This record gives sequence, structure tokens and C-alpha cells, in this order.
Amino acid sequence: MAVKDYIRQRFFPHLWCPGCGHGIVLNGLIRSVERLGMSRNEMVMVSGIGCSSRISGYMDFHTLHTIHGRALAFATGVKLSKPELNVIVPMGDGDALSIGGNHFIHAARRNIDMTAIVMNNRIYGMTGGQYSPLSGPGIMATTAPFSNIDQAFDVVEMAKAAGATFVARTTTYHVQQMADIIRAAILHEGFSVVEVMSQCPTYFGRKNKQGGAVEMMKRMKESTTPIGSKAKAEHPELIERGIFVQTDKPEYCSEYDRIIERAMGGV
Amino acid sequence: MAKAKLKEHRINRDWCKGCGICVAFCPKTVLEMDDKDKAVAARVEDCIACRLCELRCPDLAIEVEVEEP
Amino acid sequence: MTRQIKFIQGNEACVEGALYAGLDFFAGYPITPSTEIAEHLSRRLPQRGGKFIQMEDEIASMCAIIGASLTGKKVLTATSGPGFSLKQEALGYAVMAEIPCVIVNVQRGGPSTGVPTHVSQGDVMQARWGTHGDHSIVALTASNHQDVFAMTVEAFNIAETYRTPVILLFDEVVGHMRERLEIPEKGEIPLVERLRTAVRGGVDYHPYLPREDGRLPMSDFGDVHRYNVTGLVHDMWGFPSDNPKIVHGLLRHLVDKIESNASQMAHYKTFYLEDAETVLVSFGSAARSALHVVEHLRPRGEKIGLLELQTLWPFPADVIQEYCNPARTTVVVEMNMGQVCQMVKTTVRHPERVFLANRIDGVFITDADIRNVLRLIEGKGV
Repeated sequence: MAVKDYIRQRFFPHLWCPGCGHGIVLNGLIRSVERLGMSRNEMVMVSGIGCSSRISGYMDFHTLHTIHGRALAFATGVKLSKPELNVIVPMGDGDALSIGGNHFIHAARRNIDMTAIVMNNRIYGMTGGQYSPLSGPGIMATTAPFSNIDQAFDVVEMAKAAGATFVARTTTYHVQQMADIIRAAILHEGFSVVEVMSQCPTYFGRKNKQGGAVEMMKRMKESTTPIGSKAKAEHPELIERGIFVQTDKPEYCSEYDRIIERAMGGV
Repeated sequence: MAKAKLKEHRINRDWCKGCGICVAFCPKTVLEMDDKDKAVAARVEDCIACRLCELRCPDLAIEVEVEEP
Repeated sequence: MTRQIKFIQGNEACVEGALYAGLDFFAGYPITPSTEIAEHLSRRLPQRGGKFIQMEDEIASMCAIIGASLTGKKVLTATSGPGFSLKQEALGYAVMAEIPCVIVNVQRGGPSTGVPTHVSQGDVMQARWGTHGDHSIVALTASNHQDVFAMTVEAFNIAETYRTPVILLFDEVVGHMRERLEIPEKGEIPLVERLRTAVRGGVDYHPYLPREDGRLPMSDFGDVHRYNVTGLVHDMWGFPSDNPKIVHGLLRHLVDKIESNASQMAHYKTFYLEDAETVLVSFGSAARSALHVVEHLRPRGEKIGLLELQTLWPFPADVIQEYCNPARTTVVVEMNMGQVCQMVKTTVRHPERVFLANRIDGVFITDADIRNVLRLIEGKGV
């Protein structure tokens, strides 16, 4: 199948701004799925609310566009009730980790087999550029006109602590790595978290004088480094990219199937 | 592995939003923005078919067709 | 016919009804006085190959059952006041996206944490208007375990027939008291199964285009039709739209599909109403006390009867008018500050003849409480 077969072409050009990183994630995602040779009928994409979450409307899968922050809860119902489905959950940083933080923690804790893609542009784009829990101190935003005082946290560390068995980070500049990571994340049997650092040139970029999409992607190239690289040892402020966790633990739906066996066997 | 050879470089002008990402990151400066703010492969003969423009395009506007080996 | 007979709590009677109706999937969270529903289903569902999950909170529970419904399952969640409040946004999503599902609210003292272990019937209006925006809703209730069972089955049938969430408004007294239940045999109560589309793969399927008979055939996630489900106003393919014609059409459809079928959903019971001059209107556990009053006063020559509502929403206005308009006095008996009484007053020809006999202190309303109100209305003092 061609990559274009995985998208709903009649809706293109899509609604994202010129240079928006989310389009690059869409690009990488369809190539990953195509390389895996997956059938569209076995894929369910569940998203929340925000620019990131609009990605589901463009994919030719079973698509479920839900409410802000709750995509993983809907996805849990989909997956547990029909485990043979392949469930992908793209969300924004606010959607996944602000209002959705609780569901993120628990979906990871359960190790239910699905792939959460956190498209982190460190801003609430759809509503016009408010700060998010991932913005970080010093950032300017429409609700932080005197600069943001909120500390951010590390998505990878959060996912690790919550028990996710596949945790990775990449950026929209590193498209080859992104496609490889998304592929591995989908193949992984368990809860996969892929953080993709993405650019919002329209709000984050403009308000924080970080230039347009090209400058923001150059910045992602310069401020990140592979896990455990020499550069990281010399410059600890660099953000690591790659697969941080890839382990095997009992997967939730399989464990529940065993419960059913026990319950039906009268044990 | 044999180097990929370019067959055709296509840009969908309806989908291209002129963000300039493909132009900025092409290793061989094949691409540039035209007077309508759309990307064009101005020096297509220099293209090494690395396909990074195709992978990095947020609009899925670029298709790099490679010769079959 | 050998029916199974059990002596159980109302919560368990609800479980029996849900299983009878074909429940496949439950997601919930513990909350008094509904927790027993989750506990029983955590055992009974896997015993028959169904799935149970205790989610991290009430919101996640409501979201999870919507997800499961889209894979073709019959789904249920159960809660009480505070959890019901939390579920409202997701409940509205189920309304907008037309997802069959059943939500049990075993009412307790409110507002807020209220009195967790005591009864009230304070969530009637919330069931109607808890979620934002113009919408209609279906809410059923019952006063005894046989009807808890029957109304639970009916809730699943209505959910599937109209592609809508259905609320079961029970209360702490019915939920926790023990009573006899006879479980009907398979086939005794007709079940409505999921209507799936006959459109073949490769042919355009419209998830939101009603058939001539008004029903909306569904397609399971994983099957041949790939479509979009969203809480945004959408076109017949499920894709977002803000086009005024589409907005108007969809909102009208969501409301009309319930309101225009209100009479089919209007369940109620009548006791001694043929020549009643005083009509008691009640529902849920309060109706048990109201029935005691009627059965006590009838042999003493009082022309009094009871209209027990089992459908609260859509409000059965026709039924209320039929039985209350001819009466001299209507007394609404409920354990709240008059939520149904208010509706009855706006419905009848003579609202000045409608009175409220209520109790809001968490103590179960008794026949003595109701008789006192009747005496006060008649000017006789207590």
C-alpha cells in the first residue's frame, strides 16, 4: 500500500499552520504504519482535543476524536473490549499531561498495549497560545504575559515512573529516528510512550522570539543528543533522544484473559 | 547498498504551505521558494534522492520517486 | 417454568438485569451506595467471558464504556452523586456521538459529598440537565427489585434502539435493601440487539444518517467501515462541521429522536387511580411508602390512588395530565425539594392543586410523613 492510502486525502491541505511540527508527525506516522504493513481495519486512532488531536481526522483508520485529556481512557475501553485492535493515541502536551495527566499515569501503570504519542510543542496552540505544563519557566505566553513561573517536568521520567514499558523521545527534525521509534513503539506489546518535540511557530515561536519553523527545528537539532552520548556528558543541559525503556512486563489485556480463564474454570 | 537515483521529484502546490523546511534542510540546495511562496525543485539535477524533504514536509506535499534498482 | 429466585440487594438485581440484557463490559469506580454493582460484576462478567475494569476515576469509567461500546459491546457504569457529576462531560459526548450505553446513579444525600450512606432523590434535575448544551435524555427508575431488573433491561433496549445513553436513577434504599427477585427465563423479556449496518465494505457508510424508520445502524470498530466519531457537531460521515444547517439539523435530531418517541418510553404503574380524587405521584423507594398510604386509606373510604413513575425523562407529561388533571389534589412524594413536583406543576391544568410531600434529611420518607402532609393540605392538622 502507498503511504497516501493511509490518509483521508479529501481533507487535505490540512488545518495546521505552515511549518507546524504536527504535520511532520503525521508524515512519520503513516510511513511507520505503511512499513509495518498494517491493515487499516485493525487500527484505531483515539485522540483528545487540541491541534495535535486533529491528526485523527486525517487518518484512514477507525478514528475516535474524544474530549480534552481523556483519550487514553476511551482507548482503554476500546482496547480491553477488543484486544486484537491496534490502538494509537496521539495527544498534545496539555491534553496528555495536564488535564490528561491522571489517565496517562494509569494507562502506563496498567501496561495496556497501546501507543501514546505525545506531540509536545510546549503550548496550547488551538486556543491561541497559552502556557502548558511543559512550557517551562521564563516562557512568554498569552496567560503568562510577565513570563511563566511554572516548572515543567520530564515526560520521559513521568512515563518511566508510571511504569510504561516503552519510552522514547525524538523531535520533528529527526524524522528518520521518529519513524523508527514509532514503528518500534507500535510493535511493542505494552504501553508505549513516544514524546515528539514539535514546533508551534505561530504561538510559541513568535511569542518567544524563536523564529519560524526552520529556526525552531534547527534549535531542536542543536539542543538534543542521542542517549548517553559524549556530548551529553560534556553538556548536561542537552536533551537526550532515543529509546529509554524497552522492557517486557505482563500486558493488561492478556492478564485479563487469564482472569477470564480462571473465572470460567470455576477457580 | 547502491545509491538511490531520482526518477521524479513532485511537489503538490495545493498542499504546500510554503513553510520553507524542505528548502532549509536540503543537503544539496535543490529546492527554493518561488514567487508564489511555494517550494520548487529548482536544481533537480543535483538531487541525491535522500528523501529528507519528503519525510520532513509537514504538508505531505513532496513525493520523491526513486528509480527501481 | 422454573425461574431462579434470589433474595438480594437492589444493586444486585440491577446486575442481574444487566447480565440478562447481554452486558459485555463494565468500567466503574467505587462509590457508596453503588459499589456492590461493581463488586458483583467484577466476578460475574469474567465468569461469562465479559470484561470488567476498575478505572482510575469516574470520568475515565464513563469514557472507557463509550470506547467499548464502539467495538460493539453492551456497556454499563455505575456511580452515585459525586461520580455522576464527574461523568457529565463524557455523558454529553455519548449524547452527541450517539453511543448506546447505560449509566446507573444510585442516589444518595447531596449536594457534594452529602450523606453517602443515606437516601435522597436529589439528582432528578441533574439527570436532565447535568451535561451542557441543548439535549434530551432518558432516565428510568424503579421502586422494587423486580422493576429494577425490568427497567435495567429496558434501559439497554432503549439505548440500542435510539443509540443513546440511558440513565438508571435508583436510590440508596432500593440499592441496599434486600428483597425477592425472580429472574425471568431467557426469551421472556425481548431484547433489542445492536443494529448493525447492512452496507458492504467498500461502499460509503454514513454512521450518522438515519434510516427511514429513524434508526441509525452502527458499525463496530475493527469491522470494514472506517469512520470518525467526535464530540464536535458533525456531518453524516462523522466529520466536524460548523455549518449552520448541519448544526441545526443535528441538534434537532438528537432531541427529536428522544422527545418524539417519549410515549414509547413512558413507563409507569397505576394503583387505585380509576376514581381517585387525590393522586399521589411518586417514584423510586418513596413510591413504596406512597403505596402504603394508598393501601391504608382506601379501606377507610378515601378515594386516593398512586401514579408510580418509572420513566422520569423524557418527562411523561401525557401520563401526568391524564391522571392528575381530573383529580382534586395531586401530591408529589419525593425525597428532594420538589424536583418532580416542579415538573408536575408546569404540566397539569391546575398547578394550584399540586402539593409536595417530601423529606430531605436523609431519613427514608414514611407513610406517616405522607399522611401528615395530606392532613395539612386538608386543613386537619397533624
